[in-house]
Amino acid sequence: MAYNVKEIVANKPSRFTAGHRMCAGCGAPPIARHIMRALKPEDHAVVANATGCMEVSTFIYPYTAWTDSFIHTAFECAGATLAGAEAAYVSMKKQGKLPQDGETKFIAFGGDGGTYDIGLQSLSGAMERGHDMVYVCYDNGAYMNTGIQRSSATPKFADTTTSPAGKVIPGKMQSRKDLAKIMVGHHIPYVAQTLGYMNFKDLYEKAEKAIYTKGPAFLNVLAPCPRGWGYATDDLMKINKLAVETCYWPLYEVIDGVYHISYKPANKLPIEEFLKPQKRFKHMFKPGNEWMIEEFQKEVDSRWQELLNLEGI
Amino acid sequence: MSIRERLSGNEAAATAMKQINPDVVAAFPITPSTEIPQYFSTFVANGVVDTEFVAVESEHSAMSACIGAEAAGARAMTATSANGLSLMWEMIYIASSLRLPIVLSLVNRAVSGPLNIHCDHSDAMGVRDSGWIMLFSETNQEAYDNTLMAHRIAEHKDVMLPLMICQDGFITSHAIENIELVEDDKVKEFVGEYKPEHYLLNKNEPIAVGPLDLQAYLFEHKAQQAEAMKNAKQVILDVSKDFEKMTGRKYGLFEEYKLDDCEVAIVCMNSTAGTTKFVVDNLRNQGIKAGLLKVRVFRPFPAEEIAKALSHVKAVAILDKADSLNAAGGALFEDTVSAMYVNNVHVPAINYIYGIGGRDTKADDIESVYKDLLEITQTGNIENPYRYLGLRKEEN
Repeated sequence: MAYNVKEIVANKPSRFTAGHRMCAGCGAPPIARHIMRALKPEDHAVVANATGCMEVSTFIYPYTAWTDSFIHTAFECAGATLAGAEAAYVSMKKQGKLPQDGETKFIAFGGDGGTYDIGLQSLSGAMERGHDMVYVCYDNGAYMNTGIQRSSATPKFADTTTSPAGKVIPGKMQSRKDLAKIMVGHHIPYVAQTLGYMNFKDLYEKAEKAIYTKGPAFLNVLAPCPRGWGYATDDLMKINKLAVETCYWPLYEVIDGVYHISYKPANKLPIEEFLKPQKRFKHMFKPGNEWMIEEFQKEVDSRWQELLNLEGI
Repeated sequence: MSIRERLSGNEAAATAMKQINPDVVAAFPITPSTEIPQYFSTFVANGVVDTEFVAVESEHSAMSACIGAEAAGARAMTATSANGLSLMWEMIYIASSLRLPIVLSLVNRAVSGPLNIHCDHSDAMGVRDSGWIMLFSETNQEAYDNTLMAHRIAEHKDVMLPLMICQDGFITSHAIENIELVEDDKVKEFVGEYKPEHYLLNKNEPIAVGPLDLQAYLFEHKAQQAEAMKNAKQVILDVSKDFEKMTGRKYGLFEEYKLDDCEVAIVCMNSTAGTTKFVVDNLRNQGIKAGLLKVRVFRPFPAEEIAKALSHVKAVAILDKADSLNAAGGALFEDTVSAMYVNNVHVPAINYIYGIGGRDTKADDIESVYKDLLEITQTGNIENPYRYLGLRKEEN
C-alpha cells in the first residue's frame, strides 16, 4: 500500500503521547512518534532510551509519554540494556514463560552523544552480537541536554559551548564522524540514514524496514535542535529540507551491505543555504571567513561523491 | 542423598548457576572469575541449561544487559572481579535502585592500581554502599550454598534487591576442595520460579523503568531501598533456616566460632576465617580463650547482633582485607566499632589491614593478632588502633 501520512496518523494512534517536555521546534519528538507508528498495531515494543534530552523530557517520575514498555538506565548503555531485554525475550519465549503470544519489538533511542561517543562501545557490542533490535540515533550534533557541548557528530566549524567560535579558533576544528558507515562495518542486515522530510515517508518506510528486518538494525536520523543550532522554532521542517537538498544529510540505506541512495536532489543546493539560517555557523559568514564555507562545501561534495561511488559498486 | 564432589570455588559457583538455570547470563572475562562464564557457556553450548548467554563486550555492558534482562522479567546472573566490578559501578547503583534482584558472583580481587590479579576485598568494599546484599563465603561450599540461597533472598517481595556472593580470588576460587552438592531437582524446588509482579515483557501491562526522578520523589525512593535492606536481614535468616532443613548446613548472619566464652576475638570475612579457626584451636589447646566472629552477611550489616555477640570479650581485632585509605581504618572495622558504640558495647578494638594484593596471611600472622589482643587485655593500652598485618618492614 502506498504511503499516506494522513491515513497513518488517522489509523495508528500515537504511541508517544503529547505532554512530554521537549522543546518547541525540536526535531526529536516527531521522529520518535513516527518511528513508533511504524510498528504494527498488534505488536508490543520495549523501548530503551540513553540518558539525554528525550529521556529526561519524556519520563519524569511519575509521568511517561511512552505507551509501550520503556527502560532507561544510563547514558552509555542503551544498546546493552536493550540487548539484555531482547535476550530475556528470546529465553523466556523459548521456555514458554511469556503471558502472551505475538511479537515484541526492541527499539533504542539515543542522541549523538549517547551513540557516537559514550555509547559507541555498547552499541557496537549489541550490533555485533546480532540482537533482534533497532537502534535509533537522533542526531542533533552536540550534547544538547547538558547545554550544547561538541560531540563527534558536531559538524566542522560549528560554534558550541566547548568548541566556541573564538578570536583564534573559529569553532569546532574537526570533521564529523560517519557513524552510519561504522555501523555498515558491523555487517548488520539494515543501516539507514534518514530524517523527517516529505511527509515523513522516508523515515516511516525505513523505520518499518528496520523494525521488521530480523537481526540488528541501525537508523541515523537528523534531529535539528533550535537551541543548539539557533533557528526559529517554526523553521524545523525548512532546516530538514535544506539538510537533504544540499546533500549535507544524504538519505540512503544499506541492505545486507548494498548501498541504495533514497533521494538524489535534482538541483543540489549550495551549502550556504543550510548554514545560513543557523546561528552556530554565523561566524562563517563574516568577511574573511569565506574559506570556511568553501571547505565545508568541499567536504559535503566529497562525502556525497563517496556515497554515489558506493552505490555504484 | 547429597552428592559428594571435589570442585574449585569457581566450579562450585558455576554448578550452582547451572542448577538454578537462569534465563539470562551476561558476563565478561576477568581473572580470577573468568572460569565461571567459561564453565557456564559450556553448559549453554551443550544444552544443559535454558539460558541465553550474552557474551558482552565489557562489564559495564554485562551489568546493563542484566538490568535490561531482569527488568524484562528474566532471572539474570553474572560474575566478575576487581576492575570488572569497578567498571560496573555506575550500573551497580542503578540495578539496586530499580529494585532488580540480579545475582552476581564476585570473586574478590584487588582493584587496580597498580595492576594486581590476586585476592583482597577492595572490589567489594568499593560497592558496599550501593544497596546490594553482600554475602561472604569462607569456602567453596559456602560460595555454592550462598548462591543457592541468593534468589530466594533477593526476589522476596519485601526485599527485591540485587545480591552478590563474594569468595576469595584464587584462595577459594581456584582451590579444589571437597563439596556436598544438592541434587538438581531439590535445587529447582528450593529456588522456585521467578514470578515478577511488573516487567517489561508483559504486553498486558506495559511499564516504564528508570525515570528522571527529581526532588519530589527520589528521597522517598531511596528510603524505600533502605527499608528493603533492613527487611533483608530477616529474609536471609528465614531462607537460611529452610536451607538448613534441606541440607543440614546451618547459616546465620555471621558464624561464631568458640566466641561465646572467649576473651580475645577476631572479626573477619571469607577464607581468612578458615586460617583463624585453625589458630583458635591451637590457642585453645594452650589454654588461651580465643574466638572468631566470621561475618557472612556484610550488607545488610548486622550491627546490633554483632555488637551483642562481642559484648563479653575483653578485646577484639577486626581484620580488613582492604584499606579504606582514610587515615582512620578499614570498612569492616568502622562498621563494627560503630555498631558497638551505638549498642553501648565498650570493648577495646583494633584494626588490621592485611592480605593486600594477595599477600599471604599465615597462621603465625593470625596468632600474632591474638597475642596483641592478650597484651591489650593486660595493659589496657592501644597505642595505634589502625595497624598492618603482614606488611614487610623497610629493609636496610
